[in-house]
Amino acid sequence: MSFVFSRRRLETLAPDEFRSALVARVDAGGRLVAFFGLPSGDGSRLHAVVADDARGSVQVSVAEVRGLFPSITPVCPQAQLFERELHETGSINIAGHPWLKPVRRPLAYNDFFKVEGHEIHEVGVGPVHAGIIEPGHFRFQCHGEKVLHLEIALGYQHRGIEAMLCGASPARAACIAELVAGDTSAAHTVAVCEALEALSGEAVKGDAAICRAIALELERLANHTGDLGALANDIGFLPVASFCGRLRGDFLNMTALVCGNRFGRGWIVPGGTAFGIDAALAEELRDRLQKHARDVRGAAELLFATPSVQSRFEGIGKITQEDCRALGATGVAARATGIARDARLDFPSPGYAGSGLRASVSQYGDVHARAVVRWREIQQSFGFLERALGVLQPGGQDADRMNLAPDSIAVSFVEGWRGPVCHVVLTDSKGRIEHCKIVDPSFYNWMALAIAMRGQQISDFPLCNKSFNLSYSGFDL
Amino acid sequence: MFRTIRERFRQKHRTVGFPDAAPVMPERYRGLPRLEMDECVPGCNSCAKSCPTGAISCEGGISLDLGKCLFCTACERACKTGAIRMSGDYRISATKRDDLVLRPGKPVPDVVAMTRELRGLFGRSLKLRQVSAGGCNACEADLNVLSTIVFDLGRFGIQFVASPRHADGIVITGPVTANMKLALEKTWAAVPSPKIAIAVGACAISGGLFATGSGCNGGAGGIIPVDLFVPGCPPHPYSILDALLKFKSC
Ligand code: SF4
Repeated sequence: MSFVFSRRRLETLAPDEFRSALVARVDAGGRLVAFFGLPSGDGSRLHAVVADDARGSVQVSVAEVRGLFPSITPVCPQAQLFERELHETGSINIAGHPWLKPVRRPLAYNDFFKVEGHEIHEVGVGPVHAGIIEPGHFRFQCHGEKVLHLEIALGYQHRGIEAMLCGASPARAACIAELVAGDTSAAHTVAVCEALEALSGEAVKGDAAICRAIALELERLANHTGDLGALANDIGFLPVASFCGRLRGDFLNMTALVCGNRFGRGWIVPGGTAFGIDAALAEELRDRLQKHARDVRGAAELLFATPSVQSRFEGIGKITQEDCRALGATGVAARATGIARDARLDFPSPGYAGSGLRASVSQYGDVHARAVVRWREIQQSFGFLERALGVLQPGGQDADRMNLAPDSIAVSFVEGWRGPVCHVVLTDSKGRIEHCKIVDPSFYNWMALAIAMRGQQISDFPLCNKSFNLSYSGFDL
Repeated sequence: MFRTIRERFRQKHRTVGFPDAAPVMPERYRGLPRLEMDECVPGCNSCAKSCPTGAISCEGGISLDLGKCLFCTACERACKTGAIRMSGDYRISATKRDDLVLRPGKPVPDVVAMTRELRGLFGRSLKLRQVSAGGCNACEADLNVLSTIVFDLGRFGIQFVASPRHADGIVITGPVTANMKLALEKTWAAVPSPKIAIAVGACAISGGLFATGSGCNGGAGGIIPVDLFVPGCPPHPYSILDALLKFKSC
């Protein structure tokens, strides 16, 4: 779902007012979904976007700030990373932030938090990892096997995506969004398209909207199934690792049947979808869905019924609901602590109208709970796809003729498989893209992983990491 | 235990017959583009203008650089005469960078097997270290998939290993971001010689969509010598496997 605001009609608040309004909204249960600045004279024009998930509403507030901005992180921890980003990108200085370490400049940073004392040792891993994994650096402070503190340094993947989006045509913007995070291509592309369509005044409806929901659910199935397999692999339960590794590819192949690319590249375009589903294809997809559903069920039931799996999953990598709320953690990680939030329900796109989906939750916030949430979501996705797959025409409006409203802000939410993806697009007085802010759920959740590792065995890190399975490129942009 | 064994039987044998059996690609799969000079209208340029990565040049006849191509079909749609058509051919890799530049009438890219000396060393056991240097995780995902039971890379004697010291070569993905350049150089230096480098995906070959991005180095080629190029965004697992097997030639 997306929202549009006129930039001219947004009242510019005084910095103090802006801060107290923001803190009050977050205190009242709001979620800070984007907080960024645009250069303005020798200062910055700050924009804060707060979502009220329960009401399905969004508020944008704006302030002009010069020089120093007193940090709100001490009273509103959700802002910590946004403020570090604001500080790093240079337009203003944040004062009083507890720890202004870089967000995307790992090479400029070596000041890791250190625990000192007898028998304390430090373990550094990455940026290149012992597998086919994106780069990131993990620094553990350990006492024996026990992790006292984990610090994560990211930014290795930083390609400058947000800067590339400035001035891009709608078609190019979608092309760039496809590459924000390869495993979340569909969600990021739908998010940018919905923002652009909101700006053009023509939301996508009908077949194209359903097609997009299908792309998102296939992406969810592939990744969730792959994750169950990867979790099994990390505890050495190889049968399920093998089954799910194969099944993950089978879902990608279903996506490729529709659009020719396993990651859905080229399927979703601004204004609609480039590929439809005809009767023969719909039948083939339903047929495959049924077979894969049976096999995933077999694999998942074996996983959850095996006592040794239970004992390795339970109680590991725990995070509390309270910490999740404070950090703004979202998606699977938050639902695993009982936070029943899902953008498909709170901010439903037209393709999900009357979907009958429910937020899949669990309560203990550990590896097991995150696995359970995935399995529940897999089952719901099967149900959704069974109902949605049918003959669907491609098309929609022509991206090249899309006129974006000038001086506007669009905010869109799409529930990707990790959690809600948020895109904010600002246009200038001529209706060109002036600024974009992309917030992947990983942006918040890496911190949740660091918290979940406290007091754990360092040998459980791969398992905990996999249970969150966060995006490096989606964070680094 | 009984349950595990029963499920194992129910899930069946799933490894593909490749390379003996030809793969079945999805009907809409977009592989090697075909260029027809006869159809091309001089001075039209609409394909070149539509391309998001500048892969097409119309100077002195049309050419299409597979190393930059995202297989997005914008050019195919822009071309009114059908001079550019995407085929279903997944065999798109090359050992020479220049071979990736397609021209009408020019032979399609080809993978030449590694030298006899290297084949003697790596022919039956090739260990690779993977470096993701700004990849979006799609290339990485389709490299990972090669180690699943579907492709079962191990049966060809190829394996991804956990240290450059154990490796015979590296596989690079991503445009090589400014922040990953040093790590890539260090990893390369840590691999004992003789060694090989394989660039997988448009980003690693040319920078892809990020070629002009401020934070990127336009692919791996400017940093280390690349021996094998696998185009695509991301390449299909069969494209990667086909390239690896031909290069290893065993
Ligand atoms: S298919 Fe390749 S060459 Fe054609 S427009 Fe897309 S990126 Fe350019």
